[in-house]
Amino acid sequence: MAHVAIADQEQEFHEPATFITKYIWSQDHKVIAIQYSITAIFVGLVALVLSGMMRLQLGFPDSFNFIDPSAYLQFVTMHGMIMVIYLLTALLLGGFGNYLIPLMIGARDMVFPYLNMLSYWTYLLSVILLLASFFVVGGPTGAGWTLYPPQAILSGTPGAGAGITLMLLSLGVFIVAFTMGGLNYVTTVLQARTKGMTLMRMPLSVWGIFTASILGLLAFPALLVSAIMMLLDQQVGTSFFMPALLSLGEQTDYTGGSPILFQHLFWFFGHPEVYIVALPAFGIVSDVIATHARKNIFGYRMMVWAIVIIGGLSFIVWAHHMYVSGMNPYFGFFFATTTLIIAVPTAIKVYNWVLTLWQGNIHLRVPMLFSIGFIFTFTHGGLTGLFLGNVVVDLPLSDTYFVVGHFHMVMGVSPIMVLYAAIYHWFPLVTGRYLHTGLGKLHFWLTFLGTYAIYLPMHYLGFLGVPRRYYAMGSTDFIPDSAEPLNASITVAAIIVGAVQIIFIVNLIWSLSKGRKSEPNPWGATSLEWQTPEIPPKHLNWGEKLPVVHRWAYDYSVPGVSQDFIPQNMSEAEVERLKT
Amino acid sequence: MILVIVILLLVVGTVLFHFLSPWWFTPIASNWSAIDDTISITMWVTGVVFIAVNLFVAYAIYKFRYNKNRKAAYEPENKKLEIWLTVGTSLGIAAMLAPGLIVWANFVQVPDEAAEIEVLAQQWRWSYRFPGQDGKLGNVSTHLVSESNPFGINPQDPAGQDDILVAGNEVHLPEGKPVKVLLRSLDVLHNFAVPQFRVKMDLVPGMVSYFWFTPTRAGTYEILCQELCGLAHHAMRGQVVVDTPQEYQNWLNSHPTFSQTQIVVKGDPHTGQSLYAVCAACHGMEGEGNALTNSPKLSGLSGWYLEHQLQLYKQKIRGAHKEDIYGRQMAPMAAVLADDTAMRNVLAYIDTLPDKPAVDTITGNVNRGRNYYVNCASCHGDRGEGNFFMQAPRLAGQQDWYLKRQLQNFKKGIRGGHPDDFNGRQMAMMAAILKSEQAIDDLVAYLNTL
Repeated sequence: MAHVAIADQEQEFHEPATFITKYIWSQDHKVIAIQYSITAIFVGLVALVLSGMMRLQLGFPDSFNFIDPSAYLQFVTMHGMIMVIYLLTALLLGGFGNYLIPLMIGARDMVFPYLNMLSYWTYLLSVILLLASFFVVGGPTGAGWTLYPPQAILSGTPGAGAGITLMLLSLGVFIVAFTMGGLNYVTTVLQARTKGMTLMRMPLSVWGIFTASILGLLAFPALLVSAIMMLLDQQVGTSFFMPALLSLGEQTDYTGGSPILFQHLFWFFGHPEVYIVALPAFGIVSDVIATHARKNIFGYRMMVWAIVIIGGLSFIVWAHHMYVSGMNPYFGFFFATTTLIIAVPTAIKVYNWVLTLWQGNIHLRVPMLFSIGFIFTFTHGGLTGLFLGNVVVDLPLSDTYFVVGHFHMVMGVSPIMVLYAAIYHWFPLVTGRYLHTGLGKLHFWLTFLGTYAIYLPMHYLGFLGVPRRYYAMGSTDFIPDSAEPLNASITVAAIIVGAVQIIFIVNLIWSLSKGRKSEPNPWGATSLEWQTPEIPPKHLNWGEKLPVVHRWAYDYSVPGVSQDFIPQNMSEAEVERLKT
Repeated sequence: MILVIVILLLVVGTVLFHFLSPWWFTPIASNWSAIDDTISITMWVTGVVFIAVNLFVAYAIYKFRYNKNRKAAYEPENKKLEIWLTVGTSLGIAAMLAPGLIVWANFVQVPDEAAEIEVLAQQWRWSYRFPGQDGKLGNVSTHLVSESNPFGINPQDPAGQDDILVAGNEVHLPEGKPVKVLLRSLDVLHNFAVPQFRVKMDLVPGMVSYFWFTPTRAGTYEILCQELCGLAHHAMRGQVVVDTPQEYQNWLNSHPTFSQTQIVVKGDPHTGQSLYAVCAACHGMEGEGNALTNSPKLSGLSGWYLEHQLQLYKQKIRGAHKEDIYGRQMAPMAAVLADDTAMRNVLAYIDTLPDKPAVDTITGNVNRGRNYYVNCASCHGDRGEGNFFMQAPRLAGQQDWYLKRQLQNFKKGIRGGHPDDFNGRQMAMMAAILKSEQAIDDLVAYLNTL
């Protein structure tokens, strides 16, 4: 039988009929995307509350009886793990990846819709396992989000029993869910692009999500095996990560294992994970900036290659998290060099966003505000990364608040800025209504300025040498008293930023039914998702015929054409008619 | 427009914050000023880029803000500009990386003349080992660690016999002499960090890691554990004292060698009984304690703990605070024990006294107390039985009024406030968990149930 491209295959059009098949056991990528998003945002709010409690202890160390060291470490750990894996990874790939890929490449759905559905329900199971650890004896693990053994599974660390077991199981289940989703995203991009949608015509959002999915498929297995090995160490008494050691003064039966082996496995996953979050954000923000600046993204090919090169390099920089881990210090030369090299394609991306603004016609709508906020926070976070990546500079700064400030700017605040930009940008597509602009602006200003007030001073506590993951500093001779009011003010800023997110949630819920109705393509975007016959797009997206793509995704303000954007599916003949 | 102004203000504000912030590196006390120089270079390069990018953004937003009569330019690529930017960025990166790698090359190559010392970490304290006369550290094994051999030194290895052992959290180093620090952990990951020295390294069980530095400034510096090591991570502190070579030698000579620590002299309870008569006046004939004289129960407490406290009293470390009324009564009494032999004998006698649980006088919410105790149990034991390795005394069966007073004293810095009382200081940091008197009562009420 001759090969028939997916775009040419005959489709069966049967709409899911019942509520359950439409909204619960749905195989529609758009519904699954919403399911992923709502779950991720919910669990993200849990993590936000945890960070607030952490900050209460740090800002006002003598006030809250219920925050003891074990609770504090549990808040720290669960906050980090939830934010990185269960919020950012799930929302960017499971949420936006699911929603945007088929629409942006002109497909009717993912190529494996059933697997896609399973992916969500498996993800939900992992979230339930994760949250269950709050209710077991000893509570959730307090080993830090990096879960370093030996301490993660030894008493003396909070949640060293059931807590860490559930954490590891939940991660395992999450990775299964991610693998089902990730395979789907990659295959869909490779196999289901519509006619004319060459790889080099894809919007950068798709490029970012696509590359991130490949990274995930290659990186998560390292986390999976380390989780399984640690479970074996804990449950069966193997010694993968456990050398001969004492546990609170008692001899144990462990012998011969290596704690550093775990760190290598963890960071072989952990560093690409940074880019699993960052690359989709890079892609999405490129599209939002181009659309609202009415200008093509500057240096598209360079942007694509930068995504691919960053993705590739992200696999050979992992040990920059381990400069002071006790590994052979000679590794430092290699990893410092690769790490600083990765700054070059990253810097190019920043230049190109900035040059896209240049000579644009910039609409400062809420999505654009968040995008510019992203450029600011990402530039800041990227530059502080040059301190930590350069191995000697890392010596004094490693494990201090400088690190906390750095990674929150670069992979906390920055991707979240993009997520908000994306939500304000695509909400009209998903719901047919705008989010409220006034509330959106308030949300932006307080979040943007508030997060900077939180994280900028943290870098300076780090220069001073204040260690991270400390329940309290106690009395020290090198920390000036002024650090106390500083910590209190950081806490106040954090509580305000946390509370401000309620404005966003209210806006989201209110606009769903009361928001101003939007036009079909309100921002005048060129990419395919806005060109569906109905907005919001219906089941199978494209009605009778799939769109045919004639151009790249960035024909904004083309000279000699009356309209300031040319959709990707507009043919030359139609463009001729628009010529003045 | 507001956005343009805000970005400008943020840039100016960040620069001002940088120059005006009182939070900056501690004055350096080691040879690693090259690290500080690399940081300065990095600060300048990144600072210029930060300012340039954001000013450009602000200007672009201002100049190209939406105007319905204007159309954006159409410029998909600009090869020349892209190449220039790539080359420029690469040069900037090289300017930071090259000096960094040169300094790192110094860091990984330990000078031959560096003296070796070993730092041993365990939850949640530090101890130290020096090579002794032969200049060689003896073989060790975690399996050999016991109460009488806390370093796990192989007794068969001749090189280990003269190793000098420092069991406290304080270590002295000679000024101006390079030192190679060998790092070993008995239980979990730790990190040996002194902000003033700039360098730090993890301690990993199952292996020996290392780093080197030369202390360049006399003084006392705090050691902080900087790798999360469990509940009391934040309370794992130590101290480095940088001395003149002569002072350093004197300090070192005051510590025993491994072979000296292996000679155990048992105390004599009979001689001890007569010495105890002085103690009995307050602490009771059977060491049962007496609330009227504010004297705690002694029976049931481990010899190592009593000895440690008596030493602290004798050295005016405990019972020196002016608000520690009862501690100040005890201090001269401890001095009655003229030497170590006398102390050993008294302790041997106390060890023979019958251990009867004290009478409860404090009530509180036992369930809440149990939750607080989760944070205590790692050291003091699930049943409050105490743990030599954690340097934690027994709590079960002790008088509740005494425990409460001690917790209050720890919180106020009356006990554990002395810089040489490391265990006390650690306990003070842990006592800070109890943020109200009710919390103390709840905890003590739970301890009464153990």
